[in-house]
Amino acid sequence: MSLNVLAVDDSRTMRDMLNLALSSAGFTAHLAEDGLHGLEVLSEIEPDVIITDINMPRMDGFGFIEALRSDDRWSRIPILVLTTESADELKAKARSAGATGWIVKPFDPAKLVKALQMVAG
Amino acid sequence: MSDPMAEIRASFFIECEELLESLQDGLQMMDDGSTDSETINIVFRAVHSIKGGAGAFGLDDLVQFAHRFETAMDEVRSGNFHPDSEAIRLFFTCADILGDLVRAARDDTPPPNDQIAPVLEKLDLLVGVEEEEDEDLDFTPMTLSLDLGDTPPLGLDDAGALADLPPLTFDTPVGKGFIISFKPENALYSSGNEPLYLFRALRDLGDLSVRCDISGLPALASIDPNCGYLSWALTLVTEEPEQAVREVFEFVDGLCALSISPLTDDNSALPAPEPEVTYPEPDVIPEIETKAAEAPVTQPEPAQTAPAQSAKSTGAPTQPRATVRVDLERIDRLVNLVGELVINQAMLSQSVVETGLPPNSPVSTGLEEFLQLTRDIQESVMMIRAQPIKSLFQRMGRIVREASASVNKEVKFHTDGETTEVDKTVIERLADPLTHMIRNAVDHGFETTEDRIASGKPSAGIVTLSAQHRSGRIVIEISDDGAGIDRERVKAKALEKGLIPEDAQLSDGDIDNLLFLPGFSTASEISNLSGRGVGMDVVKSAIQALGGRISISSQQGKGTTFSISLPLTLAVLDGMVVQVAGETLVVPLNAILETLTLTDQDLRQLGPETHVVQIRGGFVPLLDLGAELGYREPETSYVGATVLLIGQEDGNRAALAVDAIEDQRQVVIKGLEGSYGRVPGIAAATILGDGQIALILDPTDLVTQASGRTRVRAFPKALAG
Amino acid sequence: MTDIDKQTDPASIELLSFRVGGQDYSVDIMSVREIRGSAKATSLPHAPFFVKGVINLRGTVLPIIDLAARLGLQADTDKDRNVIIVVDIAGRTAGLMVDAVSDILAIPSEDMQLPPDLAADETRTFVSALTIVDGRMIRILDLDTVMPPQGEEAA
Repeated sequence: MSLNVLAVDDSRTMRDMLNLALSSAGFTAHLAEDGLHGLEVLSEIEPDVIITDINMPRMDGFGFIEALRSDDRWSRIPILVLTTESADELKAKARSAGATGWIVKPFDPAKLVKALQMVAG
Repeated sequence: MSDPMAEIRASFFIECEELLESLQDGLQMMDDGSTDSETINIVFRAVHSIKGGAGAFGLDDLVQFAHRFETAMDEVRSGNFHPDSEAIRLFFTCADILGDLVRAARDDTPPPNDQIAPVLEKLDLLVGVEEEEDEDLDFTPMTLSLDLGDTPPLGLDDAGALADLPPLTFDTPVGKGFIISFKPENALYSSGNEPLYLFRALRDLGDLSVRCDISGLPALASIDPNCGYLSWALTLVTEEPEQAVREVFEFVDGLCALSISPLTDDNSALPAPEPEVTYPEPDVIPEIETKAAEAPVTQPEPAQTAPAQSAKSTGAPTQPRATVRVDLERIDRLVNLVGELVINQAMLSQSVVETGLPPNSPVSTGLEEFLQLTRDIQESVMMIRAQPIKSLFQRMGRIVREASASVNKEVKFHTDGETTEVDKTVIERLADPLTHMIRNAVDHGFETTEDRIASGKPSAGIVTLSAQHRSGRIVIEISDDGAGIDRERVKAKALEKGLIPEDAQLSDGDIDNLLFLPGFSTASEISNLSGRGVGMDVVKSAIQALGGRISISSQQGKGTTFSISLPLTLAVLDGMVVQVAGETLVVPLNAILETLTLTDQDLRQLGPETHVVQIRGGFVPLLDLGAELGYREPETSYVGATVLLIGQEDGNRAALAVDAIEDQRQVVIKGLEGSYGRVPGIAAATILGDGQIALILDPTDLVTQASGRTRVRAFPKALAG
Repeated sequence: MTDIDKQTDPASIELLSFRVGGQDYSVDIMSVREIRGSAKATSLPHAPFFVKGVINLRGTVLPIIDLAARLGLQADTDKDRNVIIVVDIAGRTAGLMVDAVSDILAIPSEDMQLPPDLAADETRTFVSALTIVDGRMIRILDLDTVMPPQGEEAA
């Protein structure tokens, strides 16, 4: 199933890689540079799932997720957090912010796709 | 098509340079006293992003170091550690090493391993982070593979994620499967998870049968739409290990009651308490899908309530604020074409003048506008090649830090005008001369700390690097607030080395310029810092090779300023157009000290074939340009001849006899080497207004080639002006 | 390696034939960029005797080879009729100054033969093959040997 994915990361390299991995899997990738930019993009598209980095300028991943969860339109959308740490603490924090799951960077594209399918069909 | 990963890798290294730049900026702000959390975040994020990308490309050395640096910055960020100036200096060093590692990875050169260990040791000591033994395992780089086959490679990070799982018992009969009981908590739904997708993922592992337990469902009236009431019993017949099943539930771990037990012959015949909701494969999936989408029980707030009408899907990915990366070759082609335009324009103007049209005719006026437009286009095109000089200045910051540390002087580094845009090639080729000048300034320019305090100066010296546009050129200044040039010592040294005659009458400026003579070194002991066999003469020749000029001014006790003036671009050159033996030549203006007409008194014959010109007490070899280039035999007399006094890059001078001086103008440089090859004494070619090619002289090369014939060495007295 | 070796089409090869120093020569038409009239060349200092200099070919610097001098032949004295054949030689572009362009010939490959090995004749180096057209012997020029060796490539 082809998914519409919004990927938010302040690193251009990471965005490029997400874009490549997602489009190689036949998904449609929308990209944003940080949380605020992500919200801007969301006014124009309706993704099936969102991938977001944590450490970003202006609005970080936690802020972004909280903003989404407090908005009726996005409160149920699956959100995967990109993190370089597999630390439980971070996962707990992401989850309490409202994340659906997480992807550990550097990600394996196949695993990324699998994770996306796990949360978004 | 090119390899997309190779492209991303290349772009990663470009991004790294940007991140390193903001890292430097952030550290500089911290050094200037900023404790703002966003400043610290910028620093943290830069390191973090470099680590993230490096991991994806399996750049282990870079990842390991970035990780340690990041951990330290995390301590600062979390407020556990308040860095003093010593700590910030260490962070600067870390940033430098990080940059080295980035470049080592990019250029595939060995990393600076010998520097890393001591710095990390200091880092641990300073920040006091207890590194766990298995720290490195926490972040194991893995090369990104784009093989999206149906058997996903098991990433190393799985090991971390699944570390707390019970080890696989191989007693379990493989090839049976599992019985799974799954009861979501409300939090599972609010986190955006959806049982249906989990079931689908399970189905991918083998034969799945799903039984929904609706016994928890209350009467319709008392259903809370925000609660989930269902639970499931699943039977999965699969060859896969339990780990694969656990993986499916990774995200909902802790958000549900989950039990997974191996399928045995005893329990394989599932009791069916609620047979009416047992969906046999393969119908199970579409059925549940419909249910899930419709039933408010598991989907209390369906996504359909989202105002779909407001969402205009554009289809195209939303692009982040865009810049365009262009192959330098394409830009150079454009620069060349615009050069052609300039030449064509000049040719056209010349033709119009030759037709004798009045200067205010519509053609002439139109041509005037054309000229202006052409110049504007040329300038704009040149600006494409330009980039802020900031990156270069930041590299110099590192030089100051390293140099001052090695001579034990306290030196601060200030920059000004770092947004000034300079041609990319100029920036690259300025790195070496600037490095040398900065080292010189730190090493020779400053007094010892004690001397500074004694003379009432602040103990820390200041090196200031500035850049600005000034009348069509770039001016870069390197100043220090050190002792200034000790002119007595410089003069004594020059005398001792036989660089100036005993009776030389030298102005302060003349003495300062002696520093540019080859082999000149004022430090009585050559320090290991600046005394690497490179003198200011090399700096000067590097600047001249860029079409630039360098000058020096110094005030006793106040400091010294070196001023470098550079053309905006390497594509054009200010030249003097001269005639020699019927050929038109262009001599770079920055090499010409003055022009003069020779009189009887100026001229001395030295040997049968050699002449010298006497200019203000010094003797300068006379070179006949036409003869040197092999265009004709030397003249019999040079009285009345026009000569160009050339300031050679090694400080020596020469007088070039030409037939006539025609003009001074800007010319577009055309390389000869690509089409023909190197020509001795010639730097390049250009096309003049009449469409003819004129050669551009390389004065230094010419004089070097000719020096055997003249057999005299001129006294390189102080440079004029 | 000669131009003939490069031909993969066994049927025939197209040649541009021209006269230089009273002799018939030709070059593979695939390496010819254009033909233009002579122009005043700017002399290059210290260049080999057969390098006339450089001319402006629509903004690029084009080195001109005096082919008669290069081949050791007596040049046609009527300089005004000189023609420049612009050719690509191993990635570089150069102009060959010849007396006149004659014809475009399609020569079957089997009609071409290697020149006899006459050590005394210097032109042997420059000729990769021979053929006969209408009773005239046409020499096929080995372009790679015509350009002066390039001392230093552009950095």
